[in-house]
Amino acid sequence: MTLIEAQDLSVTFTLRREGDMPWTPPRRLQAVKEVSFSLQPGETLGIVGESGSGKSTLARALIRMLPATGRVLWQGVDLLTLNPHQMLKHRAAIQMVFQDPLASLNPRMTVGQIIAEPLRTHFPHLPAAEVKARVQLSMDRVGLLPNQINRYPHEFSGGQCQRIGIARALIVEPKLLICDEPVSALDVSIQAQVINLLADLRRDLGLAMIFIAHDLSVVRHISDRVMVMYLGRVMEDAPKRILFKSPRHPYTEALLSAVPIPNPAAERAKKMIPLDGDLPSPMNPPSGCVFRTRCFRAAPKCAAEVPRLEAYDPKVACHFPNPVS
Amino acid sequence: MLSPIDISALALRLAKLDEVKGRSLWADARLRFMRNKAAVAGVILLLLCAGFAAFGQLISPYSYDYIDFNIMGHAAEMGAPSWAKGYYFGIDDQGRDLFARVAMGTRISLWVGVIGTAISVLAGTLYGAVSGYVGGRTDSLMMRLVDVLLSIPFMFVLILLLVMFGKSLTVLFMGIGFLSWPAMARIVRGQTLTLKSREFIEAAQATGVPALRIILRHIVPNLLGIVVVYATLLVPDIILTESFISFLGLGVQEPQTSLGELISEGAKTMRYGTLWQLAFPMGFFMATMFGFYFVGDGLRDALDPKDR
Repeated sequence: MTLIEAQDLSVTFTLRREGDMPWTPPRRLQAVKEVSFSLQPGETLGIVGESGSGKSTLARALIRMLPATGRVLWQGVDLLTLNPHQMLKHRAAIQMVFQDPLASLNPRMTVGQIIAEPLRTHFPHLPAAEVKARVQLSMDRVGLLPNQINRYPHEFSGGQCQRIGIARALIVEPKLLICDEPVSALDVSIQAQVINLLADLRRDLGLAMIFIAHDLSVVRHISDRVMVMYLGRVMEDAPKRILFKSPRHPYTEALLSAVPIPNPAAERAKKMIPLDGDLPSPMNPPSGCVFRTRCFRAAPKCAAEVPRLEAYDPKVACHFPNPVS
Repeated sequence: MLSPIDISALALRLAKLDEVKGRSLWADARLRFMRNKAAVAGVILLLLCAGFAAFGQLISPYSYDYIDFNIMGHAAEMGAPSWAKGYYFGIDDQGRDLFARVAMGTRISLWVGVIGTAISVLAGTLYGAVSGYVGGRTDSLMMRLVDVLLSIPFMFVLILLLVMFGKSLTVLFMGIGFLSWPAMARIVRGQTLTLKSREFIEAAQATGVPALRIILRHIVPNLLGIVVVYATLLVPDIILTESFISFLGLGVQEPQTSLGELISEGAKTMRYGTLWQLAFPMGFFMATMFGFYFVGDGLRDALDPKDR
């Protein structure tokens, strides 16, 4: 059974400029447009894309931190139609790990209080001793010493803070963990530790994960499937092996060519595909295919017609994709 | 290199150790505060004033409303401070012991300052935090109300209140407290807005913590630094306000007294050569002011995370 499925999920922000008259129509920014994907239990979906491609917005829309349109089916229930009280029941099952490890922890609370918070929210009648035991178990599971329960976040390093964030997410035994760039604020050596911790936890607890990153090698290490986003749209969605071996979308191809290879000879021999220009303004996206302004394969058809995301694997939204190898 | 078994054994041993006591940001701030000499001097000054206010009356052989008819009317010649007669600070124009009266005045002034500030902090913090956290239309509406309240001349309203409800201490306390909270609400709301966009608030929202709990457990504790600083600076303001009201004759009623009233009387009789009637209340008034300002300054420095 599918764990979570997004159907035509869109997020639109309305922007009002300072000094606008009340009757001027607000400008609309479509941060995520008609994104569809599905995730099986225990599966890890990596989401990659440049800054501003809507990765984080998509994650927040899934758990209704932002108003969205479309459907988010959680084990068959559409989360977007639930009232806040009904939604609360599902929040325990979907937990989130944030980008900035220290900023995501309340500086005035002890580690024990921080980790216990989801437990206290969803199981308010649990006795204090039980809460403490569970907190210590959760700390132990992520590699923190349980006797540090009374310490404060500023006494920990970045990697340890991220472990606290993970312990907090895992204490309510979620089925889905959404990681919003969990390692991009950490040192490379610490990144590896945290990624391996996440991979172990996923294996031991049978977690499904949505893993957002802009570092392709990190995504390659942990994902089963990878979804490439550009300007709020899905460009390609394919199993990891297929995507990294033979990318079909020109944007994916360009992204992969930018990943450095830790071997000077291979790095020199590699063919780089430079992309000109910047991400277009999401207020005023290009007509047709949004990537055409920077695409090395753009043709008149790309400006006229929006390419649909194919329905079968590997899915790609392009008029001229590379052939399936 | 330790083998994995050694490491897990170590972990077990460590886990059996006592729980490590964390050093909170408050503990850090306390250390920094203690290193600030002026602030510590301020605390000692305030403690001395408070001690004098609380126990001064027990030391004095006279009660604050006992009138010595032998000296009454001869304050300038016979009422100077005298250790032998038990008039440590001299007497006032009505022949009452100034020591006992200054003790009472300090007590009332401190109470007005502390209670007024407490009301203002409580109301202002909750109002500002709710307004900032909820945001949108509610926020605009709540803040416009604050603007309206701030534009009303505070002193007139207080005087009107005292005239309407009679001159009582309760009205004075409540009036000052309720009229000084809007400024507090503004400051707190601004701070809440910056806190609201922090990731730990988002984390709490994502896991479904109710809004009221987010305000009370996540926002308010992080506001306390600025609130404490503002409160210590508000206390002397409120004492000043009370002094002004008492100076106008609308504050504390005879035979009770406050520092403002004592200073007002002392100023009236200054030209008869009874300078002690002004000097002692003035001295305690200034000591309290200095105390609060130094403590406020010290707290601001101690709680500023950039100073670390």
